[in-house]
Amino acid sequence: MRIGVVRFPGSCDEVDALDACAMVADAELLWHGRTDLDGVDAVVVPGGFSYGDYLRPGAIARFSPVMKAVADFAAEGGPVLGICNGFQVLCEAGLLPGALLTNSGLRFLCKQVDIIVERPGTPWTADCEAGERLSIPVKHMSGRWHADEATVAELEAEGRIVFRYAPGDNPNGSTSDVAGVCSAAGNVVGLMPHPEHAVDALTGSADGLKLFSSILNGGDRVGTAG
Amino acid sequence: MSEQQAESLPGVDRAVELGLTKPEYARIVELIAREPNEVELAMFSLLWSEHCAYKHSKKVLRRLPTEGDRLLMGVGENAGAVEVAGLAVAFKVESHNHPSAVEPFQGAATGVGGILRDVIALGARPIAMLNSLRFGHPSSPRSRWLLDRAVAGIGHYGNSIGVATVGGEIHFDPSYESNCLINAMCVGIADPDRLMRCAATGVGNRVILFGALTGRDGIGGASVLASAELGDDDADKRPTVQIGDPFAEKKVLEASLELIDADLLVALQDLGAAGLTSSASEMAAQGGVGLDIDVANVPLREQGMEPFEIMVSESQERMLAIVEPSKVAAVLEVCERWELLASDIGEVTEGDRMRILVGDNVVGDIPVTTLVDDCPLYDLAPAPPEHGLYPAPPADLPEEADHRDTLIALLSGANIASRRPVFQQYDQIVQARTVRRPDEADAAVLALPVGENGIRPAIAVSIDGNARRVAANPEGGALEAVLECAANLACVGAEPLGLTNCLNFGNPEKPHVAWQLINSVEGIAVGCEALGIPVVGGNVSLYNEGPDGPILPTPVIGMVGEMPDATKTSSSGFLTDGQAVALVGPFSPNLVSSELAARRGQAPQGELPSLDISAVIAAHHAVRDGVRSGAIQTAHDISEGGLGVALAECTAVAGIGCDVTLPEFTDAALFGESPGQGFVIAGDAAAIAAIPGARVVGTTGGGNLVVSAEDGASFSVPVAEVQAARDGGLTAYLP
Repeated sequence: MRIGVVRFPGSCDEVDALDACAMVADAELLWHGRTDLDGVDAVVVPGGFSYGDYLRPGAIARFSPVMKAVADFAAEGGPVLGICNGFQVLCEAGLLPGALLTNSGLRFLCKQVDIIVERPGTPWTADCEAGERLSIPVKHMSGRWHADEATVAELEAEGRIVFRYAPGDNPNGSTSDVAGVCSAAGNVVGLMPHPEHAVDALTGSADGLKLFSSILNGGDRVGTAG
Repeated sequence: MSEQQAESLPGVDRAVELGLTKPEYARIVELIAREPNEVELAMFSLLWSEHCAYKHSKKVLRRLPTEGDRLLMGVGENAGAVEVAGLAVAFKVESHNHPSAVEPFQGAATGVGGILRDVIALGARPIAMLNSLRFGHPSSPRSRWLLDRAVAGIGHYGNSIGVATVGGEIHFDPSYESNCLINAMCVGIADPDRLMRCAATGVGNRVILFGALTGRDGIGGASVLASAELGDDDADKRPTVQIGDPFAEKKVLEASLELIDADLLVALQDLGAAGLTSSASEMAAQGGVGLDIDVANVPLREQGMEPFEIMVSESQERMLAIVEPSKVAAVLEVCERWELLASDIGEVTEGDRMRILVGDNVVGDIPVTTLVDDCPLYDLAPAPPEHGLYPAPPADLPEEADHRDTLIALLSGANIASRRPVFQQYDQIVQARTVRRPDEADAAVLALPVGENGIRPAIAVSIDGNARRVAANPEGGALEAVLECAANLACVGAEPLGLTNCLNFGNPEKPHVAWQLINSVEGIAVGCEALGIPVVGGNVSLYNEGPDGPILPTPVIGMVGEMPDATKTSSSGFLTDGQAVALVGPFSPNLVSSELAARRGQAPQGELPSLDISAVIAAHHAVRDGVRSGAIQTAHDISEGGLGVALAECTAVAGIGCDVTLPEFTDAALFGESPGQGFVIAGDAAAIAAIPGARVVGTTGGGNLVVSAEDGASFSVPVAEVQAARDGGLTAYLP
């Protein structure tokens, strides 16, 4: 198993994501300018401020050459995880539903929160149980996930809300406390909290490691690649 | 040449406009045996400014110890560095006060950017930022605006570039009303064998400028803004404040480290105050060479910039490198991959001339030493003030308030309340090494890579200042600031290795400010000698005055300490019920210049008690060793608000109360201050009893903070009320 971590100019958490991936598998950085994914088995789109995020988070990064390759990979059922800015990029790219708006508090917010696993069994939550509580930090300015009512209802019905903030722990005003969602096929997952910053109790929590170890178990991927 | 003769020089008025004095201009004319042209005058005005030449502080700073066993790089380089676990830990604190007073968001943001580049220039990867902020009383709308925007600016830059902001301090005092202080400290790590120096060497080597475009922003920042008092026309100075672009800096960071890793650079220097003028001259002076700089090759953001504008532009996110000719192509290639502009703008030359060219035209030609070393250094004329310099602040806490009400009032005051509303705006965890975040312990703890013994070592970092005590007694107060910083490190089990300082003072040409400066430096020197650590570098910010007079004398101390094992550290709060609570240290609290005195409307003046430094250091050792051995699980230094506040803070962290009995129950015993000299510790009873000098005063547990006197008097506060008081204090002032 080899996991690729995309590196845009302005990525900040790519090395931490790489190190987290390396705890469970082989891992390598994928430069934003490349048009292929070097044959990796899974892709992480990491946090940061890709291209400075001066227009709108993720709005420029979605047009980078590597994102075309990521979209093709995702369409074939390849597992993709977007974290924070990576989640924003995947939403901008249309690979995940909804959009990430400025926090309801209008400020950057860094804090440890509890999230609840709503959908175990994706490639990134295979090691989790339904209702499991994970302590994982958030750190973002634009993390308020939003979608229209019909989309939210559809996602609820299809079981595509993967993570929710624990009651009282919604840090940014996200609709329905949504912390993370997945694609219709379940192989593309995005979340605002940073699992790569919760892989070692020494630095606060090791709960996030489950997302990375899940990839070894594959999950219940559905869709074109089965 | 006399001042009268200088008067008759045609260029003298322009020189004075640019911030030089008439005698300084006369000296320049004598040294170069002619009047400088426009380009040369612009360069002199900056390099001979207070900000660049330290002309009022250099002689004073010679008192500071600058040598140490673990020192890898010291004063004179872009930042200092000490050795920890086989790594170089680089660090430095710098001010960006005047720009922030004029435009707080960009001023604070570019302050962060500037100190980051100092550390990057050493070849170190920045791993942590800290900051020390001072504002006027938070009841003033202007102070709240400055706080809000400065914090947002610091977060904007640090968060966007992927460097954790792990600590800091904020203090409010009316003396900072029109002159806030924004001091930023950066810590980085590097392979000691790859530390870069800034000396340009090798005649024939090329001068490569890379990073952002050069524009008209920040022209005259160092001379006009940083080296004069603020006044009514500050809004007009906004164009002298630079605009930060953290995305560009992130690329500069990654490209710089890649260039150094690939061994492509001879020397590296950031462009900060005074832009290309300062960077190029410093590199030439350090290397004992000359430089030719062709400004026609500098990539510009706007058309029609004059050569002098290009030379003094303070456009951000730029670096200057010296490169062997055979490696220029490789350097340009790395920069291109990071989508950075890079241009060959000059050459290292034999001799001592700084020549500015436009193509083949020489537009400036002056000796490097004249620019860098020949600025006159002034002697200060210190005189202690005959009466207190600072007015009494408005009282808002009556003397007759009882202990309980006094404690709640202190906890909810802006100077003591929880800093969480500010810290939460900073990424504290990026790069995955933050073992102790702000609010969790007295110092931030950052894990380093696993060592050969399989153990992860760590560093602890802290920043501190206590200006009100310095105002009462500059030497004693500055010494206390050093000790308090070291006490913070002791609390997490770290041993201090080096210190960086930012000396924020008023106008040094005024005798009482000179007196504050000289004596504060003495206090820092005494502290360094007692701890056995050097000053590795720092910054001086003078002329911090507004219409109402000087700021409080504010030496800010940043310190880095070593921890053999990242897992052997402490919390600043009580963690479990039933542990012994003890006091350690020759703590001799008094109310002079304390937070309680300020709240009672007393001016910062009076006698500080003398302190027994060796007993203080012994207490630091006892706490540090106890934390490292695991005997101490909670360690918190007793600082602002005294013992009462320290105990309350210990209960607030995890919501665990305590019941303690104290020998004295006076205001001074409960709320008096004696920074850096006393600790509250907790742990298992037997282990705590074995800590040298520990005096057990009670136990942890329960839902209340209960403080009793031996004669039976007592007060009790529910921990939830302590938490509510602390949590609301600062939030109330953030819009």
